Amino acid sequence: MSLSEDDVKRIARLARLEIGAGDAPRYAHDLSAILAFVEQMGAVDTAAVTPMAHPLDAVQRLREDAVTEGDARAAFQAVAPRVERGLYLVPRVIE
Amino acid sequence: MHSKTIAELSADLRARRVSSLELTRHFLDRVSRLDPGLNAFVSVTPEQAIAAAGAADRRLAAGDAGPLTGIPIAHKDLFCTRGVKTSCGSRMLDNFIAPYDATVVERLSQAGVVMLGKTNMDEFAMGSSNETSWYGPVCNPWDRARVPGGSSGGSAAAVAARLAPAATGTDTGGSIRQPAALCGLTGLKPTYGRVSRYGMIAFASSLDQSGPIATSAEDAALLLTAMAGFDPRDSTSLEHPVPDYRAQLDETAVAGLTIGLPREYFGDGLDPGVARAVEEAIAVYRRLGANVVEISLPNSALAVPTYYVVAPAECSSNLSRFDGVRFGYRCDEPRNLLDLYERSRGEGFGAEVKRRIMIGTYVLSAGYYDAYYLKAQRLRRLISEDFRRAFAEVDVILGPTAPTTAFPLGAKQDDPLTMYLCDIYTIAVNLAGLPALSLPCGLAGGLPVGLQLIGDYFDDGRLLGLAHAYQRETDWHRRIPPGYE
Repeated sequence: MSLSEDDVKRIARLARLEIGAGDAPRYAHDLSAILAFVEQMGAVDTAAVTPMAHPLDAVQRLREDAVTEGDARAAFQAVAPRVERGLYLVPRVIE
Repeated sequence: MHSKTIAELSADLRARRVSSLELTRHFLDRVSRLDPGLNAFVSVTPEQAIAAAGAADRRLAAGDAGPLTGIPIAHKDLFCTRGVKTSCGSRMLDNFIAPYDATVVERLSQAGVVMLGKTNMDEFAMGSSNETSWYGPVCNPWDRARVPGGSSGGSAAAVAARLAPAATGTDTGGSIRQPAALCGLTGLKPTYGRVSRYGMIAFASSLDQSGPIATSAEDAALLLTAMAGFDPRDSTSLEHPVPDYRAQLDETAVAGLTIGLPREYFGDGLDPGVARAVEEAIAVYRRLGANVVEISLPNSALAVPTYYVVAPAECSSNLSRFDGVRFGYRCDEPRNLLDLYERSRGEGFGAEVKRRIMIGTYVLSAGYYDAYYLKAQRLRRLISEDFRRAFAEVDVILGPTAPTTAFPLGAKQDDPLTMYLCDIYTIAVNLAGLPALSLPCGLAGGLPVGLQLIGDYFDDGRLLGLAHAYQRETDWHRRIPPGYE
């Protein structure tokens, strides 16, 4: 599988990741090489194999629907880039 | 003091031959004198360390001390530490002061451990050489022109140079074992679910597991006993009793055990010097009465390709939380919300992290999911079934940890695939969720060689016991890099 520079830009957009215009050829090269490498997976027929999601086949643990955490808003917002009156600030979304 | 193991220092503390304060000051002094030449630490926390040492001394005086009370250690900068910068080796978190402690950090501080600081690492634990860190590469104390391995490279370099008696690490594809091997240390990746992942910054959640990096199996056993255990705050934590791993060390009898050597781990690409040291270690186990047989793990060659689908897929999902809004790096003067996301992430992440996020995004995208992600999850089962069949015949699997000794800084930096193959013998263990340990078994060209022991689920204690038995017969684990004695 070979990726073009346009493919890289599309994937970067999906991932919400800016990559410099000059870096696209390098990423196209590296990502194509990695994808070519993982193509080796195709050497084995796995049609009859059940995908493995957890090493010990554990399932999601359930717990009582009870409050277990206190209010930590102040602590969490202390490390936020911009907050005001308890709100996270971002550029205007609706004009 | 710094040439002693935790077990020895612990005895000294209890006999009042030394105080935790003296010990802590001694190691802090070594860090300030020697770390400028290694770059193993991202943050040093002397005030907290002195306070914790004082508290440990009071516990020791009151007779309320455990085996780790008063012992200084370092934490990989991937564990959240309340009030202390937790960078994960990334510009993205260069300004991040963790609001809470990881469970591992909390458990170790309850045991009375003194944190000296936070260690350097590959960015978000993605790397095998510690060269992807925003804070620059770490040097290997055995040869400062060489890498310490990664991603827990700072932890390994710090312990090898005796800047700390031990350190925590995390292992997603070999990130404890490979640096332990390259720096001549004992490092354990426990059974998946054995140690809580709460407060560990997530890379690939179905593979991540934390464990100790120490100078001996006995010290690793002391640390694992404190670190392990069920944690309701980690949804993949297992409810399985934690033994006293140190008390179990001597119960592991080597005589009569069957050790399997996977032929796939001894083929092309294995450095002859590494192979020789591993052969000599096998001879030690034979002498101790082990029965050694050849086995096959037929899907071994597929482990690295499978990993480079599963791990990036999980990473692309986990790292979506870094959005420039709630914590971490934010770009200057975003034009709009999309620009805020894209530039904060584009400027905050380094090249290797971006590669993996993009690979993960691609393999999870519509039309490719079945061909890549589901295919990899199917292969993951085949790889783990190889181990299941092997453990029906043998008690433990033995081989090299890494194909070579420490390589020169910069040697593999420009070629991601060459770097990925550093983990060729360690990655399958993470895909299967098994415990595995690396211990030093010799020198090749003056550089340490790592021996890997792989166990069945929950055989963490047996691996530590086997390593301990070897370390009673040999002194490779006692070797200190020249210049750091």
